[in-house]
Amino acid sequence: MLIDGPKQGNVIPDGFNPNYLKVYYGRLFPHADIFKWMSYGNDGRHPACDKSYFGRREFSFTLDNDIYLRFQSFNSESELENSIKEKCPSKIDIGPVYSVDPAKRHAYAQGGDNVFAPVERELIFDIDITDYDDVRYCCSGADVCLECWPLMTVAIKVIDTALRDDFGFDHILWVYSGRRGVHCWVCDGKARRLTNEQRGAIADYFRVYKGNENSNKKVSFPGPLHPFLVRSYTEVLREFFEEKLLLSQNLFSTEERYEKILSMIPDESVTSELRGKWQENRRSSNSKEDINFFRWEQLKNTLQSGKQKVQGLRRCVEEIVFAFTYPRLDMEVSKHRNHLLKAPFCVHPKTGRVCIPIDPKDCEEFDPTTVPTLSELLRELNTGDSRMDVDNEWEKTSLGKSIRFFRSSFLQPLLKSCKEEMESGYKAKIQQTKNSLSW
Amino acid sequence: MEIVRSQRSRTNTPNDSVSTLPLYRYAPQLEVRLEDFEVFAMDRLRVLKGISDALARGKRPEEMENLVRDLWKANMRHPEASEDVNKDIISHFVLRLVYCRTEDLRKWFLSMETALYRYRFLLGSSEAKRALMEEFDLPCKAISRTEFENAKEKLEQVARSFDQPLPTADAIFYKVPFEEVPELVAGRRVYIHKGHAYVAMHQVVSLVVTQFRSNLSKALILTNRKWTSTIREQEKDRLTPIVEALSMSYLGPDYSQTKEFGEISIKDLDQLARSSFPLCMRHLFDKLREDHHLKHGGRMQLGLFLKGVGLRMEDALAFWKAEFSHKVGAERFDKEYAYSIRHNYGKEGKRTDYTPYSCQKIISSTPGVGDHHGCPYRHFSEENLRAALGRMGVGSRAMEDVVDKVRNRHYQLACTLTFEAVHSSSCDAGINHPNQYFSDSHKILQPKVEIVI
Repeated sequence: MLIDGPKQGNVIPDGFNPNYLKVYYGRLFPHADIFKWMSYGNDGRHPACDKSYFGRREFSFTLDNDIYLRFQSFNSESELENSIKEKCPSKIDIGPVYSVDPAKRHAYAQGGDNVFAPVERELIFDIDITDYDDVRYCCSGADVCLECWPLMTVAIKVIDTALRDDFGFDHILWVYSGRRGVHCWVCDGKARRLTNEQRGAIADYFRVYKGNENSNKKVSFPGPLHPFLVRSYTEVLREFFEEKLLLSQNLFSTEERYEKILSMIPDESVTSELRGKWQENRRSSNSKEDINFFRWEQLKNTLQSGKQKVQGLRRCVEEIVFAFTYPRLDMEVSKHRNHLLKAPFCVHPKTGRVCIPIDPKDCEEFDPTTVPTLSELLRELNTGDSRMDVDNEWEKTSLGKSIRFFRSSFLQPLLKSCKEEMESGYKAKIQQTKNSLSW
Repeated sequence: MEIVRSQRSRTNTPNDSVSTLPLYRYAPQLEVRLEDFEVFAMDRLRVLKGISDALARGKRPEEMENLVRDLWKANMRHPEASEDVNKDIISHFVLRLVYCRTEDLRKWFLSMETALYRYRFLLGSSEAKRALMEEFDLPCKAISRTEFENAKEKLEQVARSFDQPLPTADAIFYKVPFEEVPELVAGRRVYIHKGHAYVAMHQVVSLVVTQFRSNLSKALILTNRKWTSTIREQEKDRLTPIVEALSMSYLGPDYSQTKEFGEISIKDLDQLARSSFPLCMRHLFDKLREDHHLKHGGRMQLGLFLKGVGLRMEDALAFWKAEFSHKVGAERFDKEYAYSIRHNYGKEGKRTDYTPYSCQKIISSTPGVGDHHGCPYRHFSEENLRAALGRMGVGSRAMEDVVDKVRNRHYQLACTLTFEAVHSSSCDAGINHPNQYFSDSHKILQPKVEIVI
């Protein structure tokens, strides 16, 4: 098809179609890595390996004509790979590991001892920038640009730090969702074995924004902040709000915009004082300073001036900062173990971009507008050095960087830890049987 | 537990320890009179129902503690004081039989018994608390002086965030894996570090309650199995009718089997929404007409309500399709949304016939960005609420009463007052379920319609 053609011009028009996908799944998609990941060490030779583990994982495929195939399962890497290559799904979702092979689920009763139910599932988070539409003015809906993308960066920093420092998790993968958000996969054994209730508790721990267009105040801090919120504020949110967001979103530049912020202040005397200042002074006397920055300072001074002893104003500044910048998670995605989530390295049908991992330590450098697209990758394959002797063709393309990162930062440490866990668990079991036998 | 007819029961009081709460691990080795079987259960049910009502009205923990103490005293005392513990245990196990039979019943019973346990635990002495903690075999460890010093600043921040007194130098904190205390984590009521939660002595109840809940949840499943496989049939002339009657008398109708099925047609909906829908459903309905879309939470709440109101599945599909087609197109509707409507009517998947949500469930839901479900009395700002009530035709006098109820977090009472204002008639039972609002409204309004025809 395309690749056999002459190398001049290299006309691979942009787009997303089954032909491109076929090449992608045939030569670039990292089937082996996904298999190794999903096996969590059970594909080895150790006696503690559970040979049924991978086969109990649910995958789902969305096919080109919007047909949705759920409860797909595979018993080996080659089965997985062949099925993907054959069906060429426009989207691959990953579900939980069930108690039995999903293909056999109908044989199991609803109740009783042998149920068909999830037993393991990564702790996942889904952050979508459309949930921030009420606080970003540059874009709305499915659009994303470099002015509002930093909201995602901030979300990653806050959540990632909490997952590691507070919850003690180590094996965390952040992935670009392909268009307008990010996904997070927490893969520690402890995380995979969490119940729905425990996942709900973690999601609630992260929940700050409450409410919708029907309520006025979406963020409310009745008392001093919890250490997690304090840390998020002092290390990430305040600086981001004051030094980036204020300016990039022009939060105070028009009446409509500053009224939105004023509606978050529950004190008439404060809001009318500020409104008075801003309505008159179209051009502030310090015209050098940006109007947003200037008005924000005025707001802070008025609130913190101590004239107002009204309760509810003490943390108004923090409430405003959190309302604009604090991560907004989709609670339902995290709470239920049977929720499906798109697999990394899929290609987004609407943008053609690959869902590549994001390094949380370097997330400020991530640019969604330069993520490799399907057609770009195919062009790279075409123009790539055919003499290059590589094990994998993705090394010839910009996908190489992402896959190498996936392996070194995430997969290898994870598999090492799985192996250790398996070995020590096994030793403990042997010891236990020895003990019980020694009577 | 052996149920006997009209005999003096010979109880050899197994001393589960008078001062601590029972663990309800095993059905007691007692003989119980048949009359006591029913009476004890009903007394306990009064306590649970009292707790349920109080929670729905949003009572604060301090109020709940007092309420539980009073309810327990009023209902669970036995004429022979030494029999108190037995009544406690027997009534609990009888209610397990009653409430194990469906998922909704189990969920309710689990929530109420857990709440009851929590407050009884809190009402106990420190000695009782410590003893009970040992019984439960919990994975917690008291932290050392050094650990305390290192975490002190953070522990103080947490205490301040809930207006609690700051921990003193000799305060005892337990270090527990965070997953053991989900409620404390969810409410950000503890400092968490590297996977461990630092739990204060007064919070230890959370650990106990979580275990209690988990144990009871498993026990209910087992009880259900036993009930379905042997007990129900064995006892069909004796205990089974009592058991079945007990559950009906307190939860009321659940509106899953509408008698007037099919009597509501699509063309009536707009008018019915204006005249007989409670505010929560009217809001969802209006938003659906306006945006031609609703997010999942809204679709569930409104969809199941309409089912309870008597909308047939075919009509429901047509209705939702007509609306959604404006936004997403007919084809996408068929692909993405029709399935879950059929699911709600029990025609797909597990084929459970889902029941419309009660006020309790709706009030406790948490609408987020772009959502319109939940209870408007709880979530709307006062301004928006007044506007919405105005549109419903609530006069200014009644409006003030409603707003007053809302300020005191009595959301269901607010809805009841709204009902009374809109229909110019009183609603003594109080609103507990949106479908109840609808059917009561329909009853009042319908006679007039018939006469007009």
